[in-house]
Amino acid sequence: MKGKLAQQRIMDLLTYALLGIGALTMLVPFLWMVSVSFRLPANQFSRNLIPDPFTVQNYLEIWDNLPDRAFPFLTFNSFKISGLIMIGQILTCAMGAFVFAVVKFRGRNFLFALLLATMMIPSQVSLIPNFILFKYLGLIGTQWPLILPAFWGGAFGTFLLRQYFLTIPRELVDAARMDGASLWDIFWRVYMPLSKPALATLAIFSFKDAWNDLLHPLVYLPTDMHKTTLTVGLAFFQQQLQMGGKFTVLMAGAFLSILPLLVVFFIAQRQFIEGIALTGIKR
Amino acid sequence: MAFGLKPLGRERIWLWGLLTPTLIGLVFGTIGSLLATLLLSFFEWDLIRPPKLIGFDNYVALFTNESYFRSFKNTIIFAAMYVPGVLVISLLVAVLMNRKIRGVSIFRTVYFLPAVTSAVATALVWNMIYGKDTGILNIFLESIGLNPVCWLCRDNAMLSVVIVNVWGAIGEGMIIFLAGLTAIPREYYEAATVDGANRAQQFFRITIPLITPSIFFQALISAINAFQAYDYIYMLTRRGQGDSTVPVAVFSIYRNAFNFFKMGVASAQAIQLAVLVAIFMGLLLIFERRFVVYE
Repeated sequence: MKGKLAQQRIMDLLTYALLGIGALTMLVPFLWMVSVSFRLPANQFSRNLIPDPFTVQNYLEIWDNLPDRAFPFLTFNSFKISGLIMIGQILTCAMGAFVFAVVKFRGRNFLFALLLATMMIPSQVSLIPNFILFKYLGLIGTQWPLILPAFWGGAFGTFLLRQYFLTIPRELVDAARMDGASLWDIFWRVYMPLSKPALATLAIFSFKDAWNDLLHPLVYLPTDMHKTTLTVGLAFFQQQLQMGGKFTVLMAGAFLSILPLLVVFFIAQRQFIEGIALTGIKR
Repeated sequence: MAFGLKPLGRERIWLWGLLTPTLIGLVFGTIGSLLATLLLSFFEWDLIRPPKLIGFDNYVALFTNESYFRSFKNTIIFAAMYVPGVLVISLLVAVLMNRKIRGVSIFRTVYFLPAVTSAVATALVWNMIYGKDTGILNIFLESIGLNPVCWLCRDNAMLSVVIVNVWGAIGEGMIIFLAGLTAIPREYYEAATVDGANRAQQFFRITIPLITPSIFFQALISAINAFQAYDYIYMLTRRGQGDSTVPVAVFSIYRNAFNFFKMGVASAQAIQLAVLVAIFMGLLLIFERRFVVYE
C-alpha cells in the first residue's frame, strides 16, 4: 500500500513538472511583452525580466505620439466594428437558430444540413466574390464590408445557439401558445431571455474574432489609420517602430491591444471554455 | 421525432422573416460565393476589362507556375506538421490536467491565454523571441551551450511558424479533449486495474478508443485552421508586396486577387484550396468510419 502511495506522489510531481514547463512556454511571450513595454528603449534587449528602470513612457508615446495620433482612432474603430459585428451575430444567429430548433416547416433538415456543410468551405472562397460585390456597391474603403456580413447569420453561431435552444423545455412553448403568443413573442420573450449563457458565449466569440481579425480589414479598408482597426494598425506600425528601434513602444501597443480581451476573458472565463466544449461534444 | 411548432396561418411570414438573414448568408456568403468563385475561375478578369472565358487555364497555372505550386506545397507541409502537433500536444496536456491535481484551473487559464489574444499582438513578441542576435530563445540556447539558430531565415521559417501556430492552438484543443476525457466513466479504469492492466495499456485500450470522437473533431478543426492559416505567417515572414518567406496558399490567393487583380487565377486557387480541404475531410471520414467509437 505504501509503495502505491509513493508511486502516486511521483506521478503527481511528474504531472506538475510537465504542466509547469508547458505553462511557462505559454506565459513567457506575455511576460516578455509586458516586461519590454515598461523598459527604456535603451534596455529593450536586456535579459532581465524586471524592467530597470521602470517607465510608462512607452504607453504615453503609443497613445499620443504616433503619426496622425492614430492609436485612439484605431482603438475606437476596433470597439465600434467589433461591437456591431457582435450585435449582428447575436441577433441573426438567434433568429435562425430559433427557427431550426423550434419551428416545423418543410425543408428544415435540408436547410440546416446545408448551413452546417458551409462550415467546411474555406473563407477564402467567399472573399473574392464578396470583394467584387462590395466593389460594385461602392463600399470598398468603408467599414461596411466588415459589418454587413455579420448580419447574415453564420453556421457556427446558429449551431451553437440551436443546441442550447433544444434544451429549453417545450412545455414553455405550449404554455405560451395557449396564451396566444405569436412566433415572434415566443422567440423574443421566451427563448432569448432564457438563453443568456449561450448568447453571452456567442457574443464573446464573435467580438473576439472581429477584434483579432487581420485578413478582412486588410482587404477592405485602406491603410488609413483613422479608418482601420487596432489589429491592422499594429501590424502596420511593426515595420516603422522596429526600424526605428522602438520595440518598447511596439510592445506597449501590443499589450494595450490585447487588454480588452484579457479583461473579458478573466471575467467570463466559463463562457469561453464552455463555449468551446459545447461545440465539440456532439453534433 | 424532432419537436416542431407549426406556424399558424399568417405566421409563415414570421418564419421566413426570421430565416431571412440566414438565407441571405447562404446566397451571398457561402453557397452563392462558392458558385460565383467557381464561375470566376474559368475567366480571365482584372476588374477593369470585360472578363474573358479561358477554360481551365487558371487551374493548369497551379502546376505550371512555380510560385503557385510552391505555395500549395507549403500549405500541405504546414498542415502535415501542424495538425499532428496540435493533436498530440493538446491531448497530452488534457490527459495531465485530467489527473485531478490541485491548481488545474490556473493551468487551464494559462494554456488558454493564446487562444484569446490576437495573433498579431503575440506575433510581435514572437518576432522578438526569434531574433537572431538579441532574441531570448537564442540567448537561452547559448546559455545551455547550443549554437544560435536563425529562426526566421528561409530554411527554418516554416518550422518556426508551425511552432507558433501550434502554441496558439493548444488551448482550444486541450478544452475539446478535456471534455472528452471527463466523459469516460471512472469504473472502466477501476475494472481494468482489477484485471491487472498497467497505465500504458489503460491509455491505449481505454482512453484512446473512447475519445476518438474528440480526436476526430479536433483533427477536423485543426485541418480547417491549417489550410487557412494566415495571421502568424503574415506577421513573422512577410516581405514587401504581400510576399513571404513561407508563402502558403492563402498568400498566393491574396496576392493574385488584391495585389495583381488576377481574379480568375485567385478564384481557381481558392477552389483548389477548397478541394484540398475536401480531400482531407474525406480521409478523415474514412478514419472516422474505421476507428471512431460513438457510444
